[in-house]
Amino acid sequence: MIQMKQVYKKYSNGIMAANGFDVNIQQGEFVYVVGPSGAGKTTFIKMMYREEKPTKGTILINDVDIATLKAKRVPYLRRNIGVVFQDFKLLNQLTVYENIAFALEVIEEHPKTIKKRAMEVLDLVGLKHKARMMPDELSGGEQQRISIARSIANQPKIMIADEPTGNLDPETSWEIMNLFEEINARGTTIIMATHNREIVNTIRHRVIAIENGLIVRDEQRGEYGYEG
Amino acid sequence: MVMKARTISRHFRESFKSLIRNGWMTFASVSAVTVTLLLVGVFTALMLNMNKAATDIENDVEMNVYIEIEADEVSVSALEDQITDLSGVESVTYSSKEEELSSLIDSFGDEMALFEQNNPLRDKFIVKATDPRQTERLASQITTIENIAAVEYGEDKIDQLFETLEVSRNVGAVLIFGLLFTAMFLISNTIKITIVARRREIEIMKLVGASNWFVRFPFLLEGIWLGIIGAILPIAVVSVLYYNVYEFMEPRLENSFIQILEFTPFIYQINALILLMGVVIGMWGSFMSVRKFLKV
Repeated sequence: MIQMKQVYKKYSNGIMAANGFDVNIQQGEFVYVVGPSGAGKTTFIKMMYREEKPTKGTILINDVDIATLKAKRVPYLRRNIGVVFQDFKLLNQLTVYENIAFALEVIEEHPKTIKKRAMEVLDLVGLKHKARMMPDELSGGEQQRISIARSIANQPKIMIADEPTGNLDPETSWEIMNLFEEINARGTTIIMATHNREIVNTIRHRVIAIENGLIVRDEQRGEYGYEG
Repeated sequence: MVMKARTISRHFRESFKSLIRNGWMTFASVSAVTVTLLLVGVFTALMLNMNKAATDIENDVEMNVYIEIEADEVSVSALEDQITDLSGVESVTYSSKEEELSSLIDSFGDEMALFEQNNPLRDKFIVKATDPRQTERLASQITTIENIAAVEYGEDKIDQLFETLEVSRNVGAVLIFGLLFTAMFLISNTIKITIVARRREIEIMKLVGASNWFVRFPFLLEGIWLGIIGAILPIAVVSVLYYNVYEFMEPRLENSFIQILEFTPFIYQINALILLMGVVIGMWGSFMSVRKFLKV
């Protein structure tokens, strides 16, 4: 369902972040993207929801080439992709519930659907009882769970996570991983860039290793493979 | 772009919230728009009236075509036909030297009656051009006709008038353009501050798939409000000012061929223009600053 063919990306400062990515990801897969900092992981991920546009090549998502997708159509692509970040990207002036409702409001969902879906996903991440609290009253792990809840509120087929456990302590990280496992078990494709060796080596999934803008390793049930 | 009612009401709410939240910047850009539109309004009113006066004057330009003393009555009527046949002639009126003198006596009194014994005046035609700017060309054509002694009209005065009008029109246009640009720049800056303050919100909106129009709309509205609020005072001032000027001038110009523009519909037209300019600079200003931030 996600297919990259000979994807190149050259930034305006001359850096080549992608030197011909070729990859195929099936619906329902769980994929770790690993590699040293600055190797091209983030570019790899950002091109999938068109935050970055490849310089050359095709990226097919459900048979639509998003490399050449018109800017006008990008919002509709993103409605099928949930994104989660290291820094959560929550709005601190809104309550937990409002943060999730906001994401549904801006894609013009019906108010009834918004209420129902927001409570559903809060329940799923186990934070229904904190719906009225403000994000900064919650722990980092809880905030990340809110941002995950937000990303799946629109029931996307694909979930992209960029270092989702980067700011969390080990114990909390495992909680987040359990949540990802659960979401993946419901059929959502998950692509997760990470530096967390322990997680990758414990919860085994496909591993794509990127170095110098190239996929140097692609193994089912692979290992992290880097020191530290 | 079809928008749902609740989306529209959300956009309105957001745009008002933002106006209040950025109180001082709102005040600054509204003031800038106010000053700009005030000057533009007063200046436009002035320009339009000057134009009207110029047209009135232009339409009143006449040529005095003097006939040679030797010409007899037959050739005078032939001359009249000949001038009437020239292209661009609106009217030709014959005025004999006796008529001329009696009108002089009318205006200057009986002393002029002295000339009744030996009338020094000449028979003439009063010629008007359809297009006053053609006066000069017609004058030179008429001069070449046989039995015409001379053609006179206020050539210098007309040329000067046209020139003055042209210059003041250009200066005004440049001035108005500069002012509009300044106001637009200020509005654009206000909106930019709003956007920077809400960068994160916009980023998230874009990431979860809000359409560009959805993101842009509240800012466009905010710009429009700035323009409209800025237009209120200028509209009031121009209306009151023009009302008073009109009340003062209108009776004094009653017998003149120059007329001031009627209070209505002129005041509606100029106020609509002020409002429209406010809306346009507001919209344009916000459009300029939103554009950059939409590329997430």
